[in-house]
Amino acid sequence: MTSTALTTPARTAADASPLTLGERIAPQIQRRGALAVLVLVVAIASATSSTFPTWSNISSILGNNAFVWLLALGMTFVIMTGGIDLSVGSMYALGGVLGAYGSTHGTWLAILLPLAVGAAWGTVQGLLVARARMAPFIVSLVGLLGLRGLLQAVTDEGATTYLVPQHSAFRSLGAGTWTPVLIVAALFALGALLLHRTGFGATLTAMGGNENAALLLGLPVARAKVLVYLLSGTLAAAAGALGGARLGSGVTTLGVGYELTAIASVVIGGTLLTGGSGSVGGTVSGVLLLAVIHNLIDHYFSQYGSAFTDTVNGAFLAVVVLMQALLSRTQQLE
Amino acid sequence: MSTNTLAWSGLTADRTRMLRLLQEYGVYAALVVLFLVAVGLDTSFVEMSNIRVQLFQLAPTLLVALGMALVIGTEGIDLSVGAVIALAASVVPLYAGYGLGGVLLAALLLGAASGAVGGAMVAFARIQPIVATLSLMIGVRGLAEIVNGNSAKAVTQSGVLALGSRTVAGIPEMAWIAAVCALLTGLLVRRTTFGRQLVAVGDNRRAGWLSGLPVRRVLITVYVISGVLAALAGVLVVGHGAEADPANQGLNMELNAITAVVVGGTPLSGGRVRVLGTVAGALFMQLITAVLTQHNVHTSYTQIVEAAIICFAVYASQERGTR
Amino acid sequence: MAEQAPDPRGDLVLDVGGVNKSFAGVHALRDVDFALRPAEVHALIGENGAGKSTLIKVMTGVHRPDSGTVRLDGRPAAFRNPLEAQAAGISTIYQEVNLVPLMSVARNLYLGREPRRFGLVDVARMNREAVRVLGRYGVHVDVTRPLRTLGLGAQQMVALARAVQIEARVVIMDEPTSSLEPREVDTLFSVIRGLKEQGIAVVYVSHRLDELYAVCDRVTVLRDGAVVHTGDMAGLEQLRLVSLMLGREMATVRDKGTTAFDTARHDHSEGQPVLRARNLSVRHRLYDVSLDIRPGEVVGLGGLLGAGRSETAKAIVGALPTEAGSVEVEGETLHRRSPAAAIRNGVVMLPEDRKLEGIIPSLSVRENISIAALPRLSRAGVVSQAKQDEVVDFFMKRLRIKASSPDQRVGDLSGGNQQKVLLARWLCLGPKVLLLDEPTRGIDVGAKTEVQALIDELAGDGLGVLLISSDLEELIEGSDRVVVLKDGRVVGHLAGDEVTEEGLLGTLAGAAQERAPDDPAGPGERRTAPEPAEAGERRASPDPAESGAGEPPAPHEPPEPAAEDPAPVKENHG
Repeated sequence: MTSTALTTPARTAADASPLTLGERIAPQIQRRGALAVLVLVVAIASATSSTFPTWSNISSILGNNAFVWLLALGMTFVIMTGGIDLSVGSMYALGGVLGAYGSTHGTWLAILLPLAVGAAWGTVQGLLVARARMAPFIVSLVGLLGLRGLLQAVTDEGATTYLVPQHSAFRSLGAGTWTPVLIVAALFALGALLLHRTGFGATLTAMGGNENAALLLGLPVARAKVLVYLLSGTLAAAAGALGGARLGSGVTTLGVGYELTAIASVVIGGTLLTGGSGSVGGTVSGVLLLAVIHNLIDHYFSQYGSAFTDTVNGAFLAVVVLMQALLSRTQQLE
Repeated sequence: MSTNTLAWSGLTADRTRMLRLLQEYGVYAALVVLFLVAVGLDTSFVEMSNIRVQLFQLAPTLLVALGMALVIGTEGIDLSVGAVIALAASVVPLYAGYGLGGVLLAALLLGAASGAVGGAMVAFARIQPIVATLSLMIGVRGLAEIVNGNSAKAVTQSGVLALGSRTVAGIPEMAWIAAVCALLTGLLVRRTTFGRQLVAVGDNRRAGWLSGLPVRRVLITVYVISGVLAALAGVLVVGHGAEADPANQGLNMELNAITAVVVGGTPLSGGRVRVLGTVAGALFMQLITAVLTQHNVHTSYTQIVEAAIICFAVYASQERGTR
Repeated sequence: MAEQAPDPRGDLVLDVGGVNKSFAGVHALRDVDFALRPAEVHALIGENGAGKSTLIKVMTGVHRPDSGTVRLDGRPAAFRNPLEAQAAGISTIYQEVNLVPLMSVARNLYLGREPRRFGLVDVARMNREAVRVLGRYGVHVDVTRPLRTLGLGAQQMVALARAVQIEARVVIMDEPTSSLEPREVDTLFSVIRGLKEQGIAVVYVSHRLDELYAVCDRVTVLRDGAVVHTGDMAGLEQLRLVSLMLGREMATVRDKGTTAFDTARHDHSEGQPVLRARNLSVRHRLYDVSLDIRPGEVVGLGGLLGAGRSETAKAIVGALPTEAGSVEVEGETLHRRSPAAAIRNGVVMLPEDRKLEGIIPSLSVRENISIAALPRLSRAGVVSQAKQDEVVDFFMKRLRIKASSPDQRVGDLSGGNQQKVLLARWLCLGPKVLLLDEPTRGIDVGAKTEVQALIDELAGDGLGVLLISSDLEELIEGSDRVVVLKDGRVVGHLAGDEVTEEGLLGTLAGAAQERAPDDPAGPGERRTAPEPAEAGERRASPDPAESGAGEPPAPHEPPEPAAEDPAPVKENHG
């Protein structure tokens, strides 16, 4: 760093022009909108419902969903680079089955097998995106199909169900409320550090924002791309394995459409789908908001079941994406 | 150094030519080979009854793929088609009382509306097509399930049922409809102002805009067409299955349609729509699934094979060396 | 190569010697020497395609030279990529800010070399340092804001701060002021002077001559890939500098050039303008540009690169959003501003960037020609093949478009034929005004003369033509009248006998010389150039001999190809 002060004190020419109200508020809405809505929804629900604020309800929201939120964590990284990973739902199911299968041979295998498969597949996807320059959407679509196929093959077309042995230590990983919540919270915290406080995080944020600039600045773009898909695949498999531990068996039919919920949570959390801007904290708000809303829907509109949930997901996603498009235009100078 | 470069460029030129040939005619050659293999393995494959079964399954996919091909021609993608099928299915029982005409009118209008929403998001809000149609995909299917309620509903309206089961000259009516739509789509692309504007917009949007083309109108129209074709496919699916089941009907249809289009040689980068290729691509995928299942290959492997084919087709259709 | 630097080589911080570089057989650099002393600001100038950017890329490791050497501090330096050059102390600031707009200012400043604490990025320290560093560049902003919320000038400053921070010995600035406000230019200049005092050498690329005089010590002029001049900035006349860049010695203006234009000048001052543009302003690009085009008239748009010529054409057709100004066609104001609206009103533009903005590469010649006319070639939305073929055939023959068939992909044609296809696209609409932005750039000599002859012919048929060309000869011989632009403003009008190279160069240099050379004031204060009244007077200077051509043809009369037969579709088939 050349630290000699420049002798001519520059005039204040390059001062930023004062921001308009819209320009000041827009990024705030984008960053903290989900959190604000979450607080609002929780407050209203707590005030109007007697069942919502009970511990049993809250612990069921947390315990039953926590592992699935890991998909959103991995997806946050992928989307930050401007990519997308549609294979995580299939990987979740595969991870569960592999975990259950592995647990019959020991707890360590139950953990390592899914992680290894998830990492391997993630690497393949990453290489196809980074080296063969194929669209992430297509690559992970192939992953979505191919992994389902693999899942069927592993389970003899769903005929075989692997059960986690009753006394396996593996089960305890998914049991109760606190263990899953703590595991997931720890991973999210690590993820936040990785994204916001490391060179790797800076690299993938930069390449999502402007890949050419990232290359010119000499950042390791290709490596970061591969790592991001590796991370997403591994997290999805781990989430599936932990989910399997909670359920006590590998369920092949799980995970359909989970990739969409994950994408929705990430985007609702304020991460731009075009990449380059977002946060793990936002994703936390996003997943919690969707989880609370789904819980309320189940409670009040149970006759419609998951359909209503889907509609809300879709509508939410559409509104958020539209708002992002509008907000980013307010912020765009020139 | 320079000789090296020359030799290398010569090599790539050859490879490029090979790739171009593969892109142009690969799907037809593959289709013929696969057909011969299928017949060779089991001559009963060409029996009319089997062909009919295949065509019943093919028709809705083909309809959706035609719309998808148009969308992809503008460098877009439409993930909402499967959900639109479900939406169309969900309104069939509601409008069964108005006869086939009422059913079709309601379904197609809904399909058009859904497409218009997606198109507007793409054309006006300039949201990426994947994202715009992804949110539609999630939302519209949910809407369909709400409309229909929790369980599948049996459909007894005779017109709808006939549409899904009748044959004309031994060929399912559905297949005729799909064939006519394919023909119309081909004419649309080749012969009409709109079709030419569509590919121009897909190939070089900025040049198109500077040449005074109605870029936004073209984009919205394309998504509307895709929605309408998907809705039509939805009515056919209901007619064939004799029930409306929005939770399951049209699942993965967007994948199958994209596969057919890509295998048919339409580049995902836009600027070209291959209607005949799309038909061949849809036939190819139908044929491969049929062969694999008829020879008791597990669906798991079928899926893996399909995934590999998509991967290969996309890789082969990528423009290389440019830039 | 003119005067060589007298310095002993050892004193040079960066020394480029005898560098050659060619791409696919085309020489981009021939035997180029470039010597940079410590603590000097060295201007590197030249017109488009002169080799400036290739030279910069050689110096920064983007390209390796075919032959010749690059030495840094006297030691050979063969950079394999920009990173190595950066590490060795050569920083580059590109014209387009090459940072990440969504990331925070501080993040951008430290991307790739963030301060760490316990292995993690120390955000607090990073922000603190960023505030301190940027303060020295006159940028006082909240460094946690995304970069894009800053003005372009401030962004440029961040890029500059980043570049200098990396132990820079040499800072290369490629058109750093193209998006700056006048005040920001001042700041930039004081920063550059600060760099000088630290002994850092600056390579300054700009087309704004005033800036060069304000801040540069020495200058190297490139033309056609070769160095045509190196020397001190002081004492070098503006006029001479301009003529060096354009490759014109003032004394050697030939009587008859090599263009295919009919050099007789026509005076159309009597007619009503078919196009009247008033006070067009585009943010950072154009200020109050007004011009008239009369039927049958070729109006040249003169000026150096970056003067706002293309922007003027784009603003007229509505392809660039204007902050102010109006466009009238035959007295009717265009209210909707978009290319489609302009085309409907008969105003069409041949864009400068054929590849990005012109051709639709995968479509055939036939479709590229007819794409804009399709609605007129169709009935009920169905294209009439017969009509289409008729039109396409006619123009392919008329413009001698060489393609294996109308079905050939336009992307595979030569540049000249692509240009003719684009011309045909517009001519089959029967336009009233044709805006031609560099119509002969990058096309072979044969096609060039054909296009030039065609321009004359079209004007003869009553079209109003706006001609933008960096080829001085083409501009002078092709135009009846020239409007001279400089830094986004009209600085002069040449008409009749004034349309000469001297006239143009004089206007360009004159506009610049009206200010003291060391006054870095930006375009904001530059209002001294010829008064509109004076210009009007000049334009009005009558030339009775030519007045016959001044009669405006009937407004709807199509161009000649049309009059002959099938062309303007609306006439024959509408």
